[in-house]
Amino acid sequence: MNSFLDLVRGPWPWWVGGLAIGAMVPLLLFLANRQFGISSTLRHLCAACLPAGPSCFRYDWRKDAWNLYLVAGAVIGGGLAQRFLIASPAAPMPLDLFSFDVLGTPRGILFMVVGGFLVGFGSRWANGCTSGHAIMGLSLRKPASLVAVIGFFIGGLFVSWIVLPKVLP
Amino acid sequence: MKRNLTCIAIGVYFGIVLLKSEVASWWRIQEMFHFEAVHMYGIMGIAVALGALTVWLVQRLGLHSVSGERIDLRAKPPEYRAQLLGGIVFGCGWALTGACPGPMYALIGAGYLPMLVVLLSAIAGTYFYGIVRENLPH
Repeated sequence: MNSFLDLVRGPWPWWVGGLAIGAMVPLLLFLANRQFGISSTLRHLCAACLPAGPSCFRYDWRKDAWNLYLVAGAVIGGGLAQRFLIASPAAPMPLDLFSFDVLGTPRGILFMVVGGFLVGFGSRWANGCTSGHAIMGLSLRKPASLVAVIGFFIGGLFVSWIVLPKVLP
Repeated sequence: MKRNLTCIAIGVYFGIVLLKSEVASWWRIQEMFHFEAVHMYGIMGIAVALGALTVWLVQRLGLHSVSGERIDLRAKPPEYRAQLLGGIVFGCGWALTGACPGPMYALIGAGYLPMLVVLLSAIAGTYFYGIVRENLPH
């Protein structure tokens, strides 16, 4: 019984995580008839909050609002997991880089503001992020999504091998 | 309305999975880009295998959703230059923040409120794309 609780409250092995994340595709297709994709929520939020903006944000975002509900659920799920299902007190990120205290420092601006900006800008330009391209797009066997995933890795390898060693002690 | 409730429920599941599988971990993303563990590659590999199997079954058998609608799978329009260049920009942000958009939402819910700054910056980046879109290769 103890080992079962440890299993529930500890981090999952990768094969459990892979099955659980892969299950998003059939869950969304069969229960909601929608294709997995998260980054378009950022576009919907632009369309909803700044309706007088550039033409690509002038559309009826309410018709595509299903994934705004999905990410609202993800916020709740993150809270439930943190409260009930995680035993470790370790934060999933370095708190000296991701805190309000360092927001005004060059490092805080780089990791939180510039990093977030690039995620939003890049995912819209590529028309998808990890969910829409790497999972849904590759599941659909689309070359364009493979190109996007190759791009994700070019950018990620550049930052983690070349940029981060220069800015982190 | 019913679809929206379903999506909230699936989203709750998604948020839990992102934290429990450590996909929402900055350390795991660094580890992935340094090829130090199988963890993220194993997750992506199994997820895509399950997704591809689902897609294959839907296409092969012409399956319907539980509400009886026909599932029609649509691909994003291929714009190879946009996918490569935008993908590179996204990858840079992914390695810095350790979070793609899904984990941002889940981490905010988990109480890591500085991720709100990351999410707002991502919305700003999306908006900026809308402003400069005409001048970018696609």
